[in-house]
Amino acid sequence: MTPTGALLAHDPLWLIIIKVVAVFVFLQVMTLFMIWLERRVVGRMQHRVGPNRVGPFGLLQSLADGLKLAFKEDIQPVLADRWVYILAPVISTVTAFTAFAVIPLGGQVSIFGHQTALQVTDLSVGVLVVLACSSLGVYGIVLSGWASGSPYPLLGSLRSAAQVISYEIALGMSIVAVILYSGSLSTADIVDAQSRQWWFVFLLFPSFVVFCVSMVGETNRAPFDLPEAESELVGGFHTEYSSLKFALFFLAEYVNMVTVSAMATTLFLGGWHAPWPLSGGPFDRGWWGLLWFISKMLVFLFVFIWLRGTLPRLRYDQFMAVGWKLLVPGSLVWIVLVSTARALRSTSVTPVEILVVGGILLVMLVVVAFLLPQGGKTAQTAAAGNGATKRAGQAPTAGSDYPLPPLDLVVPPPPPRRAAMTATGASADGASDGGPPARREDGHGTT
Amino acid sequence: MSPLSVLLAPLAPSADTVGLGEAIAFWILGPLALAGGLGMVFARNAVHSALWLAQAMLCLGALYMVEQAPFLGFVQIIVYTGAIMMLFLFVLMLVGKESAESVVEVLRGQRVAAALGGIGLAVLLAAMLGRAVTGLTSVGLAAPNTTGGGNVPNLGRLLFTDYLFPFELTSALLITAAVGAMVLAYTERTKEGRLTQRERVEARIRGPRPSPLPGPGVFATLNSVATPALLPDGSPAPESRSELLESTGPDRLNADLRSVASAGVEPPARALRGPAVPPPANEEGGKS
Repeated sequence: MTPTGALLAHDPLWLIIIKVVAVFVFLQVMTLFMIWLERRVVGRMQHRVGPNRVGPFGLLQSLADGLKLAFKEDIQPVLADRWVYILAPVISTVTAFTAFAVIPLGGQVSIFGHQTALQVTDLSVGVLVVLACSSLGVYGIVLSGWASGSPYPLLGSLRSAAQVISYEIALGMSIVAVILYSGSLSTADIVDAQSRQWWFVFLLFPSFVVFCVSMVGETNRAPFDLPEAESELVGGFHTEYSSLKFALFFLAEYVNMVTVSAMATTLFLGGWHAPWPLSGGPFDRGWWGLLWFISKMLVFLFVFIWLRGTLPRLRYDQFMAVGWKLLVPGSLVWIVLVSTARALRSTSVTPVEILVVGGILLVMLVVVAFLLPQGGKTAQTAAAGNGATKRAGQAPTAGSDYPLPPLDLVVPPPPPRRAAMTATGASADGASDGGPPARREDGHGTT
Repeated sequence: MSPLSVLLAPLAPSADTVGLGEAIAFWILGPLALAGGLGMVFARNAVHSALWLAQAMLCLGALYMVEQAPFLGFVQIIVYTGAIMMLFLFVLMLVGKESAESVVEVLRGQRVAAALGGIGLAVLLAAMLGRAVTGLTSVGLAAPNTTGGGNVPNLGRLLFTDYLFPFELTSALLITAAVGAMVLAYTERTKEGRLTQRERVEARIRGPRPSPLPGPGVFATLNSVATPALLPDGSPAPESRSELLESTGPDRLNADLRSVASAGVEPPARALRGPAVPPPANEEGGKS
């Protein structure tokens, strides 16, 4: 059992209930706040004001919207599979909330005289809990699409299944390097490991990048929001949902955003520890952790909104290509590098030896790179050559592929009739070549 | 402390005694898992069947966690429930919603044989497991969970020392299966046969018709896809009709076509006309 786990094991029941309720309320409030923030920030990015009528700065707008949503008519399609249709949003929401239980929001504090950590629970496999919850959360999306009995949701859920499975691989691989460095799967241990050495965002920057990309894919947010691409699939998997069931999906999406942001903070940004000049000081313990944690998390959440306001949606095949051809192999190579570095550190290899071997490897790599035929380039030039021969009879192009007249263009002599016309100065009698074509005699009624 | 560790707490002491928390967890999760298995067998709908199976797997995962194997439990959930069952669902959804189980016996005596085989396997498993379990005194997980870094490091050490060869063999088998499936399913498409986006654009721009095909029914009095668009001179544009309609038979469409094309009604004298028509004699002059 981890040290934090041992600390948490002595929590009385009332404290557990307080923590669970607090996390639940925190996530709900964060959802309302995020909806407001998203509308305000995207509005600012688009030179609008955004909601500013309900409450100060429009802060209560999402609350009003939520109330309105709850009182809407609950529609169930005739073709829907009844129980699965109801089950799907519940699965989405429950898994989204469950994942937050292992996130350490702060260090050791005293609540009503009890020493405890600001964390609902700490398991020795805490990181896996988040992964398991996100992989179960896909069920909500997939089942909602299937149970709606309608083609657009089905397409959305098919996309979603493929997408989340693909990006979960990349997500899991980006975590591997963190686990190698911290030596534990427990979230509290990972935060501790970062307080002893550098934050993992500096040590393991490639992992951080892969995690950030795949967490956007995992939460179905723009530019990876293909399962609910509103320009293609109406609303995607939740097209047929209304009222509270739709609200549950909405809630789950935002809670998932908060959870992955919290995970990114925990894994890479030192969790609840204070940033550099304050680290280890009086501001780096107790309830202060909550402040640092939420500020770091808000940075990620702001980036989510920023991405949505900035980037267009990817095409589906491009999106899959990024996942399988870039993120997964990239993180595999990176994991091998990290494990090699770890292994070299634990064995007695001098830095000189490392440098020599590394230099030899680098030289070999460069030599191989030079020896390899330049596949892409030659293929392109070959294609260009083909194109040139294909278009032999047509106008040549120069540079911009825009058809240009050749430099040695000889203006052909005008056809005899036009020459005759210009010669006689005939008064615009173009009927022979420019006149309107007449109606076909049998033009009607045939295809 | 989570509800999970509430359950975990009372089952630490000895190997052979079943604690209260363990008993409660078992009697909740066991029937649920059994119901999942039975539901999988008896469900009519394939997706419902898959869902019941997912429930059984989830219950097994939870049981592993309660039995102090948290890593195994979560890996069970991530790998089996999250990935494998999701792939099943993926395929089932492609099959379609109405695909219920067929009640026709394809092979004669298939059901009886299957039932006999199933019962035989169950008896075999029960006998084997019964012998294996009753003759043993259980060691418990207390030692590996507390010494040597805990559950996860010990598991990792075993996988990379004692069980390295079986583990690698299994992964080789899985990779072979995956690659084989890809080779069988993936049809070879060479680079030369496939046009790039630029080549397609050029072919289209330089082709006979750079614009999209005219939409059917747009300029017509009817709103049906069987109704061709009308050219400005009132004649129907054949390329606006879907090729699928060719299979419906022209005799069913002719009436529509005639009515839409306003057969017998002359277009205005100065109307623009469709292409490829010989110039009439009476409209010369005034245009060049």
